[in-house]
Amino acid sequence: MDVFNAVVQTLDSTIRLSVPLLLACLAGLYSERAGIFDIGLEGKMLVGAFAGAAAASVFHSAFLGLGMAILISVAFAMIHGFASITHRGNQIVSGVAINFIAAGSTIILGQAWFQQGGRTPALQPGERFEAITLPGADAIHDVPILGPIYAELLSGHSILVYLAFAMVPFTWWVLFRTRFGLRLRAVGENPAAVDTAGISVAWLRYRALICTGILTGIAGAYLSMVQNGGFVKDMTAGKGYIALAALIFAKWKPVNAMFACLLFGFLDALSIRLQGSPLPIIGKVPVQFMQALPYILTVILLAGFIGKAIPPRAGGVPYVKER
Amino acid sequence: MSTPYAKLPAWADYGLIPLINLFVAFVVAGFVVLLVGENPFRAAVILVEGAFGKGTGIAFTLFYATTFIFTGLSVAVAAHCGLFNIGTEGQAYIAGLGIAIVCLSFDSTLPWWLTFPLAIVAAALVGALWALIPAYLQAKRGSHIVITTIMFNFIAASIMVYLLVGPLKPAASQAPQTRNFLAGAELPKLNWIIELFGAKIRSAPLNISFLLALAMAFLVWLLIWRTKLGYEMRTYGHSPKAARYAGISETRIIITAMMISGALAGMMALNPVMGDQHNVAIDFVSGAGFVGIAVALMGRLHPVGIVLAAILFGMLYQGGAELAFEMPAISRDMIVIIQGLVILFAGALEHMFRPYIQALFASLSPRSVGMEAVKGKGA
Repeated sequence: MDVFNAVVQTLDSTIRLSVPLLLACLAGLYSERAGIFDIGLEGKMLVGAFAGAAAASVFHSAFLGLGMAILISVAFAMIHGFASITHRGNQIVSGVAINFIAAGSTIILGQAWFQQGGRTPALQPGERFEAITLPGADAIHDVPILGPIYAELLSGHSILVYLAFAMVPFTWWVLFRTRFGLRLRAVGENPAAVDTAGISVAWLRYRALICTGILTGIAGAYLSMVQNGGFVKDMTAGKGYIALAALIFAKWKPVNAMFACLLFGFLDALSIRLQGSPLPIIGKVPVQFMQALPYILTVILLAGFIGKAIPPRAGGVPYVKER
Repeated sequence: MSTPYAKLPAWADYGLIPLINLFVAFVVAGFVVLLVGENPFRAAVILVEGAFGKGTGIAFTLFYATTFIFTGLSVAVAAHCGLFNIGTEGQAYIAGLGIAIVCLSFDSTLPWWLTFPLAIVAAALVGALWALIPAYLQAKRGSHIVITTIMFNFIAASIMVYLLVGPLKPAASQAPQTRNFLAGAELPKLNWIIELFGAKIRSAPLNISFLLALAMAFLVWLLIWRTKLGYEMRTYGHSPKAARYAGISETRIIITAMMISGALAGMMALNPVMGDQHNVAIDFVSGAGFVGIAVALMGRLHPVGIVLAAILFGMLYQGGAELAFEMPAISRDMIVIIQGLVILFAGALEHMFRPYIQALFASLSPRSVGMEAVKGKGA
């Protein structure tokens, strides 16, 4: 029974840890499918986290916080668009710039506005998203096996967790079953064809980036308003890059993205749980190895040793209209 | 416009446009200072005075500049070959391992002038090897170098943390770093050069690796513009197809360029490790690799520009420390914003002002812009 409980708890923290990855990964999916590389996921999550926590604590409303997180994150996505779509700048360079501006400005503004060393004030109840208890969770809590799975694993998360997982089928539907999705994928593969059909490549790519901004905003809000009761400097801690890795690992497909994020979340949860205690068969594994595993796996995948990851064909190339 | 980027006179291309971009970046940074409730002009004065006002300030500025020359050159060499080496950070970090091995083995027996060359070789070698794998994967298996080098940054960080909290840490110590090096691995200071000019220096870490950085800048210039290899790299960077057609081996050129880039990144570690801290500590690179991107872009990938841009960023780092002292509302993270803005305006938006400047030049004297632009305007 102890083992079972441990497994449930690990899986529970897997879900909690993979949610920000999943949201950021889906965010990257929209922009990369539209042919815009986005290294700035990390930075957009960070400004989202800061704006969310700051607005929530000032206006005493979790939803206003979420709205502000999305707004600021979309604004940063638009900077990326302005540089890489309108001015055809290098998308990688623009993404790197956004990450720096985000990292610096959240600390400077946080310190100037709240004077707590770059933190925002601790969020009070009502200012953050509370856990939702699914119907009947308390009633069947004591039922063996099923009880803990339903009451602890599935129930008791915040609304953003359910939203994140709902975004997976929704994203699939948008990309593969709507006209917008078809055009978005087309613009990532062959923008000239889309242009010939009389559809604006730039406007389509801007819309893809708005989707990206919305999702990274939610991801940031999750970090600062659910996982943590406030903003802490550099709280994304490389999650944007892991999300990028997960996106490649998922070969730019929404359902795969969910599994990749769950896998990376699971590795994270496992390394926290084990903390250097020995595993059966393998023996003691250094924590650092577990932390590096998502990156190592992605490199191996990229090298083409587990299937082949083929990015959208027009990715990273600014579109120049025929003159 | 059929030729979007018509030719400008060289001084406008290499002087005016970068300065305008830089100026805009600083104006935006000034607004951030204003938002925080401080006076941006006073902030600028404190910054410049902190960096150049006293001998100690100048020495610190040049110490930081040394680091950024190495990382800027590293990014630039790869960029000339059309490769975006975002892994300079990781290559420099892991090179700390090579330096640690050399210094910990020889610091009690050899004098510094023997340890130093060994450490240079070790740092360059480890940095180059760390760049080799992403280069090989790019050349042979087509995996994108940006993504692999990012991944390698994180892998390098994990390895270094593992080593510094474990095998490399002295048993008696709690701090995650190697033991302090003995005199045999301490680089001599260069502060006397500044003192020649009459300035007083209390204590500053400016050391002999500054000269190494300048030598490397010269060698990179030689490599890129005066050797066959450099020509091949630039050809490949310009047009991989043309390079292939000319019989240049894609694999060889990618791997060579990335290994040189990695070696330069690795040498960066000499400056803080042997010149200042005299140990290898966790996160000693602290973002210098990323500053290298800003420096390379700002310097327009030319060694002279890179040295100047590195001094500019050295000034920001040193002056920023003074600024944080004088204006408590502004911490050193202000530099991170400025860095980001410089990358944005000098890198991603580098062509934003170009059309206006071209129009300006065309209206002043149509001939100086050349025929192409004139034809372009008609289209």
